[in-house]
Amino acid sequence: MFYRQSGVHHTRYQTARRLWPLPADQRLVWLLLALAVAAPLYMSDLYLSSYMLPWLIWSAAALSLTLLMGVAGQLHFGFAAVMAIGAYTSIHLTRAGVPFELALIGAGLMSAAIGCIFGAAALRVKGLYLVMATLAMQYLVDWTIINVPAISGGAQATLSTPDVRFLFVPLKGDAMLYYGALLWAVIVTLLVLNIKRTSFGRALVAVRDKDFAASVIGVNPFKFKLLAFFTSSFLGGVSGAVLAFCYYQAVTPEQFGFNVSIQLVAMVLVGGLGSVVGAYLGAGFVLLVPIILTNLVAGAAVAGWISVSSNLLAHIPLMVYGALIIGFILFEPLGLAKIYDNLRKYFLVWPFRHTQS
Amino acid sequence: MDISYFIELLINGALTGLMYSMVALGIVLIYKSAGVPNLAQGAMVMISAYLIWMFSSLVGLPIYVAIAVAVVGMFLFGLVAERLLLRKMVGQPIIMIVMLTLGLEIFLRGVGPGFLGAAPKQFDLGINMMPIIIGDVFINREYLVGGIVACILIALSLLFFRTRLGTKLRAVSDDHVSSWSVGISVEKAIGISWGMGGIAAVAAGALWGSVQGVDWTLSMLLFPAVAVVILGGLDSIYGVLVAGLIVGILGSVIPGYVDPLVGGGTRDVVTSLIILLTIIFRPHGMFGREDIERV
Repeated sequence: MFYRQSGVHHTRYQTARRLWPLPADQRLVWLLLALAVAAPLYMSDLYLSSYMLPWLIWSAAALSLTLLMGVAGQLHFGFAAVMAIGAYTSIHLTRAGVPFELALIGAGLMSAAIGCIFGAAALRVKGLYLVMATLAMQYLVDWTIINVPAISGGAQATLSTPDVRFLFVPLKGDAMLYYGALLWAVIVTLLVLNIKRTSFGRALVAVRDKDFAASVIGVNPFKFKLLAFFTSSFLGGVSGAVLAFCYYQAVTPEQFGFNVSIQLVAMVLVGGLGSVVGAYLGAGFVLLVPIILTNLVAGAAVAGWISVSSNLLAHIPLMVYGALIIGFILFEPLGLAKIYDNLRKYFLVWPFRHTQS
Repeated sequence: MDISYFIELLINGALTGLMYSMVALGIVLIYKSAGVPNLAQGAMVMISAYLIWMFSSLVGLPIYVAIAVAVVGMFLFGLVAERLLLRKMVGQPIIMIVMLTLGLEIFLRGVGPGFLGAAPKQFDLGINMMPIIIGDVFINREYLVGGIVACILIALSLLFFRTRLGTKLRAVSDDHVSSWSVGISVEKAIGISWGMGGIAAVAAGALWGSVQGVDWTLSMLLFPAVAVVILGGLDSIYGVLVAGLIVGILGSVIPGYVDPLVGGGTRDVVTSLIILLTIIFRPHGMFGREDIERV
């Protein structure tokens, strides 16, 4: 807390290039990880399985999307469809007897393949048109899943996930499911953090900032746009599979509808485009704030301070959600990640006013 | 192959398409001068239908007075939305603007049903419900009126762009800075175009509201409207008319024959395919300008 940059002198490039160069940040990361690992010990099952677990998985999904939207600058409004492909592929593979580990990879590859086909449209168009193309993808994938009985198991059907074991450990019970989600979130986090500091990540950023300038300096925009779609769809597909196996345990096409895509985009935007911390903060914010506000209003209504109809109460999440998106875009376009960054910088040098850089 | 079934699908599809183009007209009017793809148009149609229902059923005004009041209300809504939200976004990346209008769409979708009731509501425009029967072909009278109103509105907007104010709007759509330099108030022009988008939403809301009832599903009209706009070209009013007919006819004839085979829902697929194919082969649409890549 007290001038945390004090005594930190990087004399070698290796130390300066570490993921978290400041000991204070490293300690914070280890503390958070320890808290997350120990969560089943101090959290009730309800909080663990209905708040922590979905938060981790949605964060992983938001991270996959932020890689595409924030780092590579390609808009995607059909990411729920990508997750749906992953979820359905993994369920069908495990039902056919494929080990769960391979089914996860198969789910990722399937999502990546289909995501790339639609991403190919990205090679021609950008901005608004990409939004529309991916929107069309959402509708097409939804329709295919609903109308092909071999995929959805018939009209209006729910497909429940079979019992599986991951690396010889059966995925059963709240704690094990939670650890599965945590493992996936940690993997995606490390992957995205590291992609951002490799040549691949820098190439993606170059394509995002100006594609023809990138091609002038020898970065092939065609290749890297497609790679961005591939990587992000792969991660999204596996996130969808993890979501199906660890959280829903029975999937219907409605769980991956257009509204979910918008929710994911909102998570990324509210959190801050391209930021890893932002994906976690954004996912938490988008998942929790509507619930909290509805509960607050309902509580106030029960206490008799205000009177609201049940109809109005049912629509509060939608209103909050729209207002959140509008508010963040107007007042903090860089999202929660920027707010966190400001706070961090302030406390980094705390008794003093300014950082060196 | 039953020919009168085909003709019925064709005519009703064309009329539905014209009614889609009324929703799409709002998007084009706003895009043409403001350069903003307004994804909140679906929710604006829904809100206008709610306003008409509110003024006619709750307040008790005659239906056409209610529509007039809604026109004023939505014009003001357009002005306010532009002033409070979109003007702050000038110069921001396109994703921010798209997300802002989408946020507005979600917000309005909560506000309308939340405050006025989610259960479907009806209002009567005084159109005879009996279908017109020509030979073996049944034509829905409400769709017919809708198609005619759509044609009138499109003709009116074409005429409007020949008036003094319309010429200013065209100048603004060409280039903001040069419009400023010859003394055209760009802010005012963009505000007016949002107001006109609101008026187009009222027309669509009145007709669609009377056809399929007033509830949140009206905002789903956004999707076919987007297909119409993409196919016709984002800044072309002729395009809205032609693409509306194409989207409507394809979205009626193909499901008419394919739906019984695959079990329904083909209309969304046709719409999605129209969007995808247009984007892949001719991103600026049939009548859009080539330089549209600026988005």
